[in-house]
Amino acid sequence: MPEEFNIKKIDNYRWEIPKSEGMKVPGLLYADEKMLKTVEKDRTALQVKNVAYLPGIIKYSLAMPDMHWGYGFCIGGVAATDPDEGGVISPGGIGYDVNCGVRLMRTNLTLPDIKDKLRYLLAALFNRIPCGVGSTSSLKLSFHELRKVLKEGAKWAIKQGYGSKDDLERTEDYGRMEGADPEKVSHQALKRGNNQLGTLGSGNHFLEIDLVEEIFLPEVAEVFGMVRNQIVVTIHCGSRGLGYQVCDDYLARMRHAVDKYHISLPDRQLSCAPLTSPEGKDYFAGMAAAANYAWTNRQIIMHWTREVFQRVLNLSPRDLGMDLIYDVCHNIGKFEDHLINGKKRRIFVHRKGATRAFPAHHPLLPSVYESVGQPVLVPGDMGTNSYVMVGTPQAMEESWGSTCHGAGRVMSRSKAKKAARGRALEKELEDKGILVMAKGRGTIAEEMPESYKNVDHVVEIVEKANLSRKVAKLRPLGVIKG
Amino acid sequence: MKKYEFINHTADLGIRVWGESIQELFKNAAYSMFDIMADLNRVELKKTMKVHIEKEELDELLADWLRNLLYKFNGDRYLLKEFKVETIDTQGLKAKVKGEKMDLSRHHLKREIKAVTYHGLEVKKIDRGWEAQIIFDV
Repeated sequence: MPEEFNIKKIDNYRWEIPKSEGMKVPGLLYADEKMLKTVEKDRTALQVKNVAYLPGIIKYSLAMPDMHWGYGFCIGGVAATDPDEGGVISPGGIGYDVNCGVRLMRTNLTLPDIKDKLRYLLAALFNRIPCGVGSTSSLKLSFHELRKVLKEGAKWAIKQGYGSKDDLERTEDYGRMEGADPEKVSHQALKRGNNQLGTLGSGNHFLEIDLVEEIFLPEVAEVFGMVRNQIVVTIHCGSRGLGYQVCDDYLARMRHAVDKYHISLPDRQLSCAPLTSPEGKDYFAGMAAAANYAWTNRQIIMHWTREVFQRVLNLSPRDLGMDLIYDVCHNIGKFEDHLINGKKRRIFVHRKGATRAFPAHHPLLPSVYESVGQPVLVPGDMGTNSYVMVGTPQAMEESWGSTCHGAGRVMSRSKAKKAARGRALEKELEDKGILVMAKGRGTIAEEMPESYKNVDHVVEIVEKANLSRKVAKLRPLGVIKG
Repeated sequence: MKKYEFINHTADLGIRVWGESIQELFKNAAYSMFDIMADLNRVELKKTMKVHIEKEELDELLADWLRNLLYKFNGDRYLLKEFKVETIDTQGLKAKVKGEKMDLSRHHLKREIKAVTYHGLEVKKIDRGWEAQIIFDV
């Protein structure tokens, strides 16, 4: 594949796909030589190249170090477009699971506090938080109320008593995206969303109890409220059926927009429309509504998690200290201000399996993180570590303030299932000190550690390329999955 | 003739489907999608529904057919297992599909399919009939 794409080494962690016919900008892959070899085995580089065809794309079609073959954009793909230069918005550059994301909560607990109760805690969480295929919530909303969720985001949940105002401060965009319009969300999408708030879903989504195993930047960790040997909790999920339907509806509409606006693309999954067109504006308003749904979903799940911990451990909220550290989205598109040739410009950034990573003193950061930068949450797979990182000025200059979002798959789900045959994966994980409870029989097999890239390796490249810096390493103790 | 097989895709789930006629290809594609999602042995044919898809290019017609049926599961909570494709012509597609409302006390769901993607979508004529490739987001 390097021959085919003529990939050029820029430095040990940056590789360029030079501009060729149809590409409006070059591609830029963040990888080391070893990682590049795994990328070459599938069609990731081709997808990075395809994204470079998008009208109005600025500078580069980027791929973060956890890049892997997706549909349309690769996963780990980042692209910015300029609304003033015919720039487009592409649902395939955001994904079906709009605002799929991660939130991390701290606690006052250490391992001895929960060691003997871990199994009860997990079982109680498993019973409280619906997960798995076809699961629905105890919370059912009228369309009228659901539209409020789509407009107000996590703020709606706070008003209903799910958490406190401080939580909003520690949520990307304060848990609410501007420009959301519930009227741009179809009846079908509303129907899928009215009974799924507070549900995890299936696949790679999870709720995890972790131990802070290592601290790399103590002064930053302190601001995040993290110390070594502390128990923390991670939630990974998104906008559920409502978000998938929004993406699906608009992809169908964009297929026709491509002809209307004479856009030529190598992959229909990249279908798009100019940001300034009615199709582009409608999709943005619908997508923002779905993003607000996702934040509300994670806020409610967090609230129930707090309740379960308080009940099982018999602790007051104050003694438990389960405060939100941060909530990030990693499937999203946003209007953001960035410097282009020294000038501040409002552009549109697609992040498909990539995380915003703003540095210290960025105006959009809450005052608590103003001095250190934004927490970046990088979950590994269920058998390995996760990382907490922090944004850098370099990411701001190079990758539109973006970084990786996880480990990234290397093995297809069907292959993973074959590889798992005859193995007692739950027992293997338990031997490593990780308890897993999953609804679906196949989920553990598909999500087993070998299915993913080594997250330590991904994070090392991210740090060497200076896209973000390591703050803390987390080790999973218990996981619930769909 | 085998109805479908899985193809290798890192993040998602791809299938290759066959049929002796174009109608059979569409029928088998629909069956495959529901077979991936649920144990169809336990699904009874209690309800019949009509499906009409507007005219499209053949591959997009296949995607729209599957999207329409997927919504019957995700939105209306029907599990389907019999698909009678009556016509595929310049007017589009007309079909009758059969199944029943999902009941988690009897039905076993195997996995979630989030969406039918257009990525790598392919419908082609082969010696023995028709073949299609579809990638689902899971």
